[in-house]
Amino acid sequence: MGEKRLVYMDHAATTFTKPEVVETMLPFLKEHFGNPSSLYSIGREGREAVETAREKLAKALGARPEEIYFTSGGTESDNWAVKGTAFTRRMKGKHIITTPIEHHAVLYPCEYLETQGFDVTYLPVDRYGLVDPAEVEAAIREDTILISVMYANNEIGTIEPILEIGKIAREHGIPFHTDAVQVIGKVPLDLQREHKDVDMLSLSSHKFYGPKGVGALYIREGTEIDNYMHGGAQERGKRAGTENVAGIAGMGKAIELATANIEEHNEKLRKMRDSLMAGILEIPHCRLNGHPEKRLPGNLNFSFEYIEGESLLLMLDQMGICCSTGSACSSGSSEPSHVLRAIGVPPKIAPGSLRLTLGDANSEEDIDYVLELLPEVVGKLRAISPFYKPADECG
Amino acid sequence: MYNKKVMDHFMNPRNVGEIENADGVGEAGNPHGDQMKIFLKIRDNRIEDVKFKTFGCAAAIASSSMATELIKGKTLEEAWGLTNEAVAEALEGLPPGKLECSVVSREAIHRAINEYRKKQGLEPLAEQASDKSPR
Repeated sequence: MGEKRLVYMDHAATTFTKPEVVETMLPFLKEHFGNPSSLYSIGREGREAVETAREKLAKALGARPEEIYFTSGGTESDNWAVKGTAFTRRMKGKHIITTPIEHHAVLYPCEYLETQGFDVTYLPVDRYGLVDPAEVEAAIREDTILISVMYANNEIGTIEPILEIGKIAREHGIPFHTDAVQVIGKVPLDLQREHKDVDMLSLSSHKFYGPKGVGALYIREGTEIDNYMHGGAQERGKRAGTENVAGIAGMGKAIELATANIEEHNEKLRKMRDSLMAGILEIPHCRLNGHPEKRLPGNLNFSFEYIEGESLLLMLDQMGICCSTGSACSSGSSEPSHVLRAIGVPPKIAPGSLRLTLGDANSEEDIDYVLELLPEVVGKLRAISPFYKPADECG
Repeated sequence: MYNKKVMDHFMNPRNVGEIENADGVGEAGNPHGDQMKIFLKIRDNRIEDVKFKTFGCAAAIASSSMATELIKGKTLEEAWGLTNEAVAEALEGLPPGKLECSVVSREAIHRAINEYRKKQGLEPLAEQASDKSPR
């Protein structure tokens, strides 16, 4: 066993804040503390920072600055898109289409809307978590007022056919929202051209090396949506509240860095990811969850038979390896991940799931370290498991 | 979230394994999917040796390890009386919501003792209402 080190492989949960991002933020936590709505100079500096960040986001997304609305993060953006659309369009209809593998920030607002008289269709997904655009079209009704499908899944990394789904939504005149929290800096976005059928898009700064507590909702001009926070005139009156100036400035810098060299960055991630994947798949009784190709470049999700994810996670943590699991016991709930259930991972093996998400904190040495220790840890837990019979190795 | 004692019993569980020709074997699970199998070697009404295998979270594994430590060398009556609370206490506490993960050890011990009693031609002991720990 090698010397103990810290290997951070949970970039889908959050990322470290890049030093350049921190530098961009600091003046607004120090001397430039003014309220961006104030007219004197230290206020104007804050206003300028907010608007510069808005331009950077717009540029990175191929959007117009006036279509970017700052929020507190992905959860708020998703809540706003779903509830804000539902309530503003409730006289036109009560039907919403989404998927069973969305983040809870979309699913729970949908469940809440069901208690308010809305009707939600959860589309089927295949064993890789893919939504079939034909199923979207088939689910559309006279009274459908919103379609929300995530761009890429946070657990299994599967990338959805967003362009096709958007096209269908546009043909039927239904607003289309996508939770793009996992794809910023991984999939090039162009909301004026390629993604012209996306009406709303959620993003979160801390998933692309920006600070936590800040995000944005892109709202295409002309999209009907309720105001989310009622109060001051910030964000054109749609989302009141004094701006998180430092956070917004940091996010602007972060998105600029994250989208500067997407292909080169993805290539590096894919290379590391693929060698890690090949090594892990040599462990017997282990399967990859999610799509083999249509997946985020840094995402891996496995199920290991006979063992439980929380145990696996904590033993790896003892070796300095940080990752996630969809196991029920890790979250204190009695149900394993809704995503793994939706793609049909058998209940027997769903608890033994492990998500490793690579990013800028990783190097080739990290891959070697994980490949050295993971088989050992899996073996140790299997040796304790009453379900595991060594004879199974032959089968 | 787990204290040092729990982590110690989780990382280095005591009494892991199986006993060939055990005098009593018991298995129990819970709705979380935790599963424990316990093997008892009994001599003169005492637990001479005990081994276990557990599938589950760190709390389940640590509780199994601690439960086996607590019943080793004890009489069957003493072992039968082991409570989840006693296991949790010996572990210096479990996080909220994790006490349930320790329930499987007590149930597995009871089943192993009753299996032994049946083999001896004795009536199996009944679970008392007070044995049922709150969920």
